[in-house]
Amino acid sequence: MKVKSPLEVYNYLPRTNCGECGYDTCMSFAAHVLDRSASVLDCKPLVEDAKKDPKVKKKLDELLELTAPEIAEVVIGVGDSAVKIGGEEVLHRHELTFFNPTAFFYDVWDTMEDKDLEERCERVVSYKKFYVGNFLTLDGFAIRCTSNDPKRYREVVKKVASYGKPMILVTLDPECMKAALEEVADQRPLMYAATEGNWKEFLKLALDYNVPVTLRAKDLDLLKSMAVTFKQAGVKDIVLDPVTEPLGEGLKGTFERVIQLRRTAIAAQDKDVAYPIMVTPIAAWLIDGDEVSKSYWEAVIASMFIVKYGDIMIFRSLDQHVVMPTITLRFNIYTDPRTPVQVEPGVRAINDPGPDDPVFITTNFALTYYTVESDLTSGGIKGWLLVLNTEGLGVEVSVAGGQFTASKVKELMEETKIEEKVNHKYLVIPGLAARLQGAIEDETGWKVLVGPMDSGRIKGWLEKNWPPKE
Amino acid sequence: MTKKFTLEEFLDLLKKYNVEEIEGVKIEGDLEIEFEGSAIDLSAIAPLYSMLSEFSNFLYHANMALGYLQRLSAALGIPTPFVAQPGAVPSAAPAPEVAPPVEEVKLPQELVKAKFEPYKEEYPGKIEEVVLGATKADGGSREYTVTLGGEKSLAFYTFDAPQPHLPAIAIDVFDRKPMLAKAVRTHYEDVLDNPAEWAKKCVKKYGADLVTLHLISTDPLLDDTPASEAVKVLEDVLQAVKCPIIVGGSGNKEKDPEVLEKAAEVAEGERIMLASATLDMDWERIANAAKKYGHVVLSWTQMDINNQKTLNRYLLKRVEVPRNSIVMDPTTAALGYGLDYAFTNMERIRISGLKGDTDLNFPISSGTTNAWGAREAWMIDSPIEEDTPWGPRELRGPIWEIITGLTLSLAGVDLFMMMHPVAVAVLKEVFNTLGGKVSGGVADPGEWMFMEV
Ligand code: B12
Ligand code: SF4
Repeated sequence: MKVKSPLEVYNYLPRTNCGECGYDTCMSFAAHVLDRSASVLDCKPLVEDAKKDPKVKKKLDELLELTAPEIAEVVIGVGDSAVKIGGEEVLHRHELTFFNPTAFFYDVWDTMEDKDLEERCERVVSYKKFYVGNFLTLDGFAIRCTSNDPKRYREVVKKVASYGKPMILVTLDPECMKAALEEVADQRPLMYAATEGNWKEFLKLALDYNVPVTLRAKDLDLLKSMAVTFKQAGVKDIVLDPVTEPLGEGLKGTFERVIQLRRTAIAAQDKDVAYPIMVTPIAAWLIDGDEVSKSYWEAVIASMFIVKYGDIMIFRSLDQHVVMPTITLRFNIYTDPRTPVQVEPGVRAINDPGPDDPVFITTNFALTYYTVESDLTSGGIKGWLLVLNTEGLGVEVSVAGGQFTASKVKELMEETKIEEKVNHKYLVIPGLAARLQGAIEDETGWKVLVGPMDSGRIKGWLEKNWPPKE
Repeated sequence: MTKKFTLEEFLDLLKKYNVEEIEGVKIEGDLEIEFEGSAIDLSAIAPLYSMLSEFSNFLYHANMALGYLQRLSAALGIPTPFVAQPGAVPSAAPAPEVAPPVEEVKLPQELVKAKFEPYKEEYPGKIEEVVLGATKADGGSREYTVTLGGEKSLAFYTFDAPQPHLPAIAIDVFDRKPMLAKAVRTHYEDVLDNPAEWAKKCVKKYGADLVTLHLISTDPLLDDTPASEAVKVLEDVLQAVKCPIIVGGSGNKEKDPEVLEKAAEVAEGERIMLASATLDMDWERIANAAKKYGHVVLSWTQMDINNQKTLNRYLLKRVEVPRNSIVMDPTTAALGYGLDYAFTNMERIRISGLKGDTDLNFPISSGTTNAWGAREAWMIDSPIEEDTPWGPRELRGPIWEIITGLTLSLAGVDLFMMMHPVAVAVLKEVFNTLGGKVSGGVADPGEWMFMEV
């Protein structure tokens, strides 16, 4: 974004404080535009006036230009499952935050047996990994044309489309691509890929069907030339693939190309390459070796470019030792470093507990809270979970830093009136807070039981320790 | 009614929100800003902006300060021009599209020729070079030394500046059986009772560049082995292997200084690394021992760039540890368990060092073995019922260590302390690849598009 202060945005707004955007003042709105929690187009008076008055229209366009993200945003797919990629502002996450997490697409191919195809699609759409209060999921399918038969490709694409996830159409052949687009262009699939050999046909397809397109070239002069050509011809949604080479010097070269593309776009303001970047960890399957080596290497390549600027990826392996680390890394790298992730303090009733059930305490750090809460819920454990306000810090950190103290535990117990909910006085504390046992007992008069270090083990622990034997 | 708030209050608030990096900001006088009512008076906003821009070097974004101001004013009931008044209803209606008229375009027949001019970054600073180990020529008995640091660019950005030394890998050895994840333990089962053999196995079989000997038996809560006795194991290990050695204590703040001092003494001349000095213990004693016997000291802080700066400065200024004898451990958190904090903290430290902050331009070490603390690395399966099954943990554990290490290597880590042999091998391959030491590649990197498997 070119503007750096809300004042600069404010100067373009109607300055009437009408409140239609949902914010009380234009200045407040401007501040939200700046941190990208509001869009300029949310100011309806401005948009309406722009329709009538060419001068206002010019102003609006200028403002849109000034507030556009450094890296173009591209949407793939439609409706709820659509993914947005690109739209980044900075090279290092501490400078602001990264915005649109790397999108994960998994390959299927059109010479697969129908049964295998269905099974694979099912695995992709049903994938779930619980993390900090949500389930992490996979984004879509990359459908490779291995038959070279437009008819067959179209059929398979249609079938995969029925799963309702965004798609990448993978074929260099314009006929096959056209056949698929005729079927699913309205689903906004991403074309993969225009190259030095087919760019004219692909440019026409991108314009005719109005879908995003990937440009693929190892030579960055050529890649930039294609990007300029496509843009001038009117293609707005462009993704750049500087070619992922999976091994040795090749991989080293890929690392350099990806970084140079992004750095040059942001630091040198080269708008001609300021597009989302495609990386294809699936290329790891071209190296020699057993399945485990290939899949490990696929995870390695993906991780390298989750950290460094890969906006969209095509994967092969659906094994957990590839999916779990990469999907977790993506979440970590794209977490907004400006906001502490915390939940409301208080008491939660887990699995409809009664007065005989145990009382647990944990902190309001989201990662801690959701881990504990889900361990209890899915373990079928009934109980009362006290959530202490540690200002969004985990157990060990807050015990060490003094946000988890006996007196705060007492306050929380009073506020939540927990003693009215149960007919015992036993509090289970995290194993990592063991050193507070005595202090909490003194402060509250309750008996404190030190639970396991990891909440995943509460279930087994309860079997031995609950109900307490005096 | 006119209310005032002072810069001091603002800073207090920032502290409350854990934005503590206020070093280097000068506060002159008692700057006060006045707001009258809720009307927007641009002349009142102007000084606010100049104030905000003062903070730009410790706030990620001036806008973040605005957010804090809003919360502050909400909390204190002071109106600012930015605060939404109660009763504002956010509108959910989508914005109308501003559709430009469609024009017929002629398709180009040739590519518009463009040249890509890659951006080049040159930093004024350089990371210190720290040598671990000493050969005969230098008064030790190591067969080789390991040099850390020397970077003038971000990790593996060899297109900015050559990287003189790739990251090194040390494997952990303990002087008493530690708690280990099963997937790790199986690789050391035969040597768990013999640290010297253990060290040999790390070097000969698993390709460790260095060995880290943790003297955990000295912990008063474990065996409370006296320092003088514990260091005998160090002597054994120095005999058994000829690589550079790192020595760690038990983590007990009272006992470690004594243990590490003794270790420094018996390893005189070998240029070992003492792991570690922290702010909440007698760091002075450890640093003095390192200085006296010619060793390196590991400066360890808990994920806080300012504490790291402080401790380094103490070591440099108060003890006068030579600049080539400090390595930093800014703390490693596992993938999924704070890796984002660890990564960003290290990345900021490295960038500060390269930009010329001479309190922070030291090589970085990572306790990557921490990755095994993540439940995804060791649990048999997910405790969450709805989760897709987690698959064999033998495969999950090592990759958890690999990805934790790989991520931090991109933040600038120079030395990895690890355990699983597969993780060690894969990370080595990664470093050699990104370091430009692996030739070749595949014939056609586009073949995956057509492969029929
Ligand atoms: C991330 C991190 C930070 C982040 C914290 C981010 C946050 N929002 O919490 C930051 C950078 C801010 C930080 C700061 C500090 N940290 Co810190 N930090 C860590 C780190 C790497 C991970 C902690 C974590 O998030 N774990 C994951 C969460 C989910 O775990 P958890 O909350 O403990 O929950 C689990 C269990 O406790 C249990 N559980 C939870 N609730 C319940 C309830 C019941 C009933 C039961 C039975 C179980 C249970 O199950 C959960 C899931 O497994 C650890 C080291 C490590 N690798 O563990 C150090 C660590 C915790 N930090 C440490 C320290 C010393 C600090 C500081 C004091 C250092 C300083 N700079 O001054 C500060 C404190 C700041 C403050 N409090 O004001 C030390 C603590 C040492 C000690 N034992 O006293 C550690 C262990 C590092 C170390 N090895 O020295 N830290
Ligand atoms: S809708 Fe526009 S004019 Fe009205 S308050 Fe919001 S920004 Fe100001």
